[in-house]
Amino acid sequence: MGSRRPMGDDQAAALGDGPQLVGEAAPTSEVVIETRGLERVYATGRTEVRALDGVDVSIHDGEFVAIMGASGSGKSTFMNILGCLDRPTGGSYTLSGTQVELLNKNELADIRNARIGFVFQSFNLLSRTAALDNVELPLLYDRSGRKLDSRKAAAEALQRVGLGDRLDHEPSELSGGEQQRVAIARALVGQPSMILADEPTGNLDSRTSVDVMTLFQELNDAGITILIVTHEADIARYCKRIIRMRDGKVIADEPVRDRRIASEDLETLADLDEQDVVEVTL
Amino acid sequence: MKRTVLAKVATQSILKNKMRTLLTMLGIIIGVGAVILMVAIGQGAQGQIQSQIQGLGTNLIVITAGTSNQGGVSHGAGSFNRLRIDDVEKLQRESVLLAGVSPVIASGAQIIGGQGNWRGRINGVSTDYAVIRDWETTSGSFFDESDQRQAARVAVIGETVKNQLWPDSDPVGERVQIRNVPFQIIGVLAPKGQSAEGNDQDDVILAPYTTVQTRLSGRTYIPQILASTFSPDEIVSAQEEIASIMRESHGLAAWEEDDFTVRNQADLADAAQGTTQVMTLLLSAVAGISLLVGGIGIMNIMLVSVTERTREIGVRMAIGARGSDVLTQFLVESVVMSAIGGLLGVALGFGGARLLGDATGWSTAIDAPTVVIALVFSGAIGIFFGFYPARQAAALDPIEALRYE
Repeated sequence: MGSRRPMGDDQAAALGDGPQLVGEAAPTSEVVIETRGLERVYATGRTEVRALDGVDVSIHDGEFVAIMGASGSGKSTFMNILGCLDRPTGGSYTLSGTQVELLNKNELADIRNARIGFVFQSFNLLSRTAALDNVELPLLYDRSGRKLDSRKAAAEALQRVGLGDRLDHEPSELSGGEQQRVAIARALVGQPSMILADEPTGNLDSRTSVDVMTLFQELNDAGITILIVTHEADIARYCKRIIRMRDGKVIADEPVRDRRIASEDLETLADLDEQDVVEVTL
Repeated sequence: MKRTVLAKVATQSILKNKMRTLLTMLGIIIGVGAVILMVAIGQGAQGQIQSQIQGLGTNLIVITAGTSNQGGVSHGAGSFNRLRIDDVEKLQRESVLLAGVSPVIASGAQIIGGQGNWRGRINGVSTDYAVIRDWETTSGSFFDESDQRQAARVAVIGETVKNQLWPDSDPVGERVQIRNVPFQIIGVLAPKGQSAEGNDQDDVILAPYTTVQTRLSGRTYIPQILASTFSPDEIVSAQEEIASIMRESHGLAAWEEDDFTVRNQADLADAAQGTTQVMTLLLSAVAGISLLVGGIGIMNIMLVSVTERTREIGVRMAIGARGSDVLTQFLVESVVMSAIGGLLGVALGFGGARLLGDATGWSTAIDAPTVVIALVFSGAIGIFFGFYPARQAAALDPIEALRYE
């Protein structure tokens, strides 16, 4: 896995105006995720469930992708395989040049540690554990042999998500948005190839959701590849590309046409708040 | 995962649930405490029983005449008798390790007096005999030096003889006939019961050996010399001392073999040792069972903990923990818990033993090996009973674990 790369052309383009086919418009950037004919079949008793049925997806470095679909569409299974938590039963999955379907359990654990940053719907922070210790956790399992001051790296990651003053706070002392920021810092700390977020705003109110999406957009602008699984269309519109799934197949893969900028929405929301206040005082 | 990190992670999760940790450790604390306490009581009792058995005379040394060997044919122990009263006196004079030395000239004799007559054993002994056998009188007294010097016709009788001839009265001062020689009873011995060989030790009449030699047997040699040491630890060195004094007394040249045999009653001591060892083993087994129960308690809590922390395990796995990392974490947790429990248990055992000793007056003894074994054992229990839950945790599927509510 390479070090953090400078912002690719595709991002510059994507940040600009107009819709583009991101995959094709980025010939110079590296492919992070490449699946070919990906299949995942669950054998439950006599019946077979084809949770994934031939998925071909390429995701390049620096992309910001939303995976959407109803429950049972296979998006969770897809996410688990992309996250190296599960192996496909057919087809191939290449993550930054590594053939994931050939890896054993321990190698999967190591690749998750080195290349993937997870963000969960319910934050999944260790309770009664300071933010700094939570963020440091992935580095404790690091086997790549890279020399890293894990405390310093964790503090920097928290700084990056805007929680530089909350290092010693435990999850119970943080708001939902702040907890999700800690979780994002934890995903960032190992400098992964991509961040994989499973319904990251599912447990947050709409305003905090926008707040978290602002952070994701900032990180993506800085060159980090982000995949979000969501069923909220509003959230998907902050991304650059949407992959829609149904019955284990990709039914649509298109760039976001009217992409929203979360920080602007946040300002609008703030203005509305002020108006509310004015109304009340009047 | 680095060792320091592992210790940190384990202590973090132990400290997160202080109350539960304490309750879990309680099983080990009580188990180890019980082991320490039981072994302390056992070893204390061992010391006490040992001293009681020494009261029966385990620091006895028996000197008998050696064997004679004529033309290569052995005549057996005592066949060539060269023990004399000079030997006894020399031992008394020169030995530093012996508490007492007494000849024993035994013979059977009819005793007439009181309500009839009785065939008993009469032992001619010296005044040291009472010390050697640790034998007191219930009535009257033992004969003294002057009786011995004058070959006085006095006798001290055992409980059995007293019961046969004077069942209802005190025989002290009574006159009896032993082999037609008139004797005066001056004391009755405290009952001792059976010897290790099953003989009635109380069926005995003791008289000064001088009297027995001159008035009853007429023999000048002595079949047996009895001696005792001050402490059982000195038996072996006392035996060596006796041998060298005896060789000198018999004027043996360096190349000549001993013409006497010196033996101790090690078998009796061994039997006593065996008894107390069995007792200690029994007590330890009972305590060990409580330790086992403590271990099962740890396993129970660790299993609960694995279920409770399924999600945490899922997160750890998702962010890159291998199965072996999770296994080690839970194993270290249970080992740390049981080891700390073991330490507290040792403290409890020490305190308990002291308290019990003060309250009951029992002697208790704790030695270093016991403490070390208890600690090692509690650590081993942590590994043994922690392994199954830890493996359960390590075998979790990260996807399932993350989905777990």
